Amino acid sequence: MPDQQIEIILSRQLADSLSIPVFIVDTKGNLLFYNEPAEELLGLRYEETGGMAVEEWSTIFKPQNEKGELLPPEALPLVQTLMNKKPAHGQFWIDSMRGQRYKISVTSFPIMGRPDRFLGAVALFWESID
Amino acid sequence: MNIKIWGCRGSLPSPGPEKNIYGGNTSCVQIMHENTCIILDGGSGIQKLGESLPKRITQIDILLTHLHLDHIIGLGFFQPLYDPNMTVNLWGPAATKESLKNRLRRYFSPPIFPVGLNELPCQGEIIEIENSVFTIGDFIISSQYICHPGPTVGYRVEKGSTAIAYLPDHEPALGSADFPTNAEWTSGIGIAGGADILFHDAQYKTEEYKQRIGWGHSSVQDAIDFGVLAGVKKLFLFHHDPSRTDEQLRNMYEESMLKNKLPFDVELAQEGKYYNL
Repeated sequence: MPDQQIEIILSRQLADSLSIPVFIVDTKGNLLFYNEPAEELLGLRYEETGGMAVEEWSTIFKPQNEKGELLPPEALPLVQTLMNKKPAHGQFWIDSMRGQRYKISVTSFPIMGRPDRFLGAVALFWESID
Repeated sequence: MNIKIWGCRGSLPSPGPEKNIYGGNTSCVQIMHENTCIILDGGSGIQKLGESLPKRITQIDILLTHLHLDHIIGLGFFQPLYDPNMTVNLWGPAATKESLKNRLRRYFSPPIFPVGLNELPCQGEIIEIENSVFTIGDFIISSQYICHPGPTVGYRVEKGSTAIAYLPDHEPALGSADFPTNAEWTSGIGIAGGADILFHDAQYKTEEYKQRIGWGHSSVQDAIDFGVLAGVKKLFLFHHDPSRTDEQLRNMYEESMLKNKLPFDVELAQEGKYYNL
């Protein structure tokens, strides 16, 4: 693995100290880091998996609309952020690793390094309570 | 290549009889090969360097790690800047909005300095770099943003199979997920990995660092741990605290050496020392 850039390293430092699930991906969507609260959602431990290719981790959640229909990738905030390099927000349903259905809110934002380097994105997950 | 240390003090020029061995001038290291002259940082050490240049040198490239005052304070007193026959290129890190030229103008303008940047008679360019690779003469140079407040880069200067890494202001313990065990997730490893010589920030004692986390500097122990993680062949402890006397530096060094059995040489950087590689 190549060494990570300082902006990604410092994003991980922040994520590591937060109590909400945080995912950090590179510009292609490959998962670089997920914190302890995110481990519960994934049902996996970062120390055991390390980073994961986009094909591997993106299929775990099965994001759905309220009718239970699978959402296309472009409907997901993190994918929108990677495509547009802009913050995005959205709500949808996921199946947890324990088979429970959760409504979650996701806010994602791009990691833009000096002076204008697009390095990846951060996604924050919240369980949505209406 | 020839390497000479013209200044290795951190934060503030601090000359005095109690600092005659390691010196009081701030960051400045010269790397020469034939007619190529590279200067790492423009601390107060650059003033003497400017007076000692061989006459055959007509181009100088100054690589600034960042614009904290101790790294640029000598620029205004660097004689080649006042020579219209000399080409002096200034390289430094790009910021988010303001240009390197405008940021340098804050120093080259009253009330800090009487001579403006545009009034300097020398030739040359001001060149912004980021995570970049470029060549100067026979040298290949890599720069990479590292963990230190404000836009700051470290440099790796390579010629053939020889590599010098220069990270005078760097806090890898903060810019790391799991310092000092995970090289992939540690700031600066891309610059320092496998270097023949690493100049690295070692301003604090371990107990001092605990009170100064986030200030952008390292303890001696963190500098050593970083050197181990990077697999360097020789480490120069650099950016000595301005309050530290020669005797105190020596004691700090000897205590550290007693604690560590290292697979490489460690030296306190010393003003005026030169090395051939």
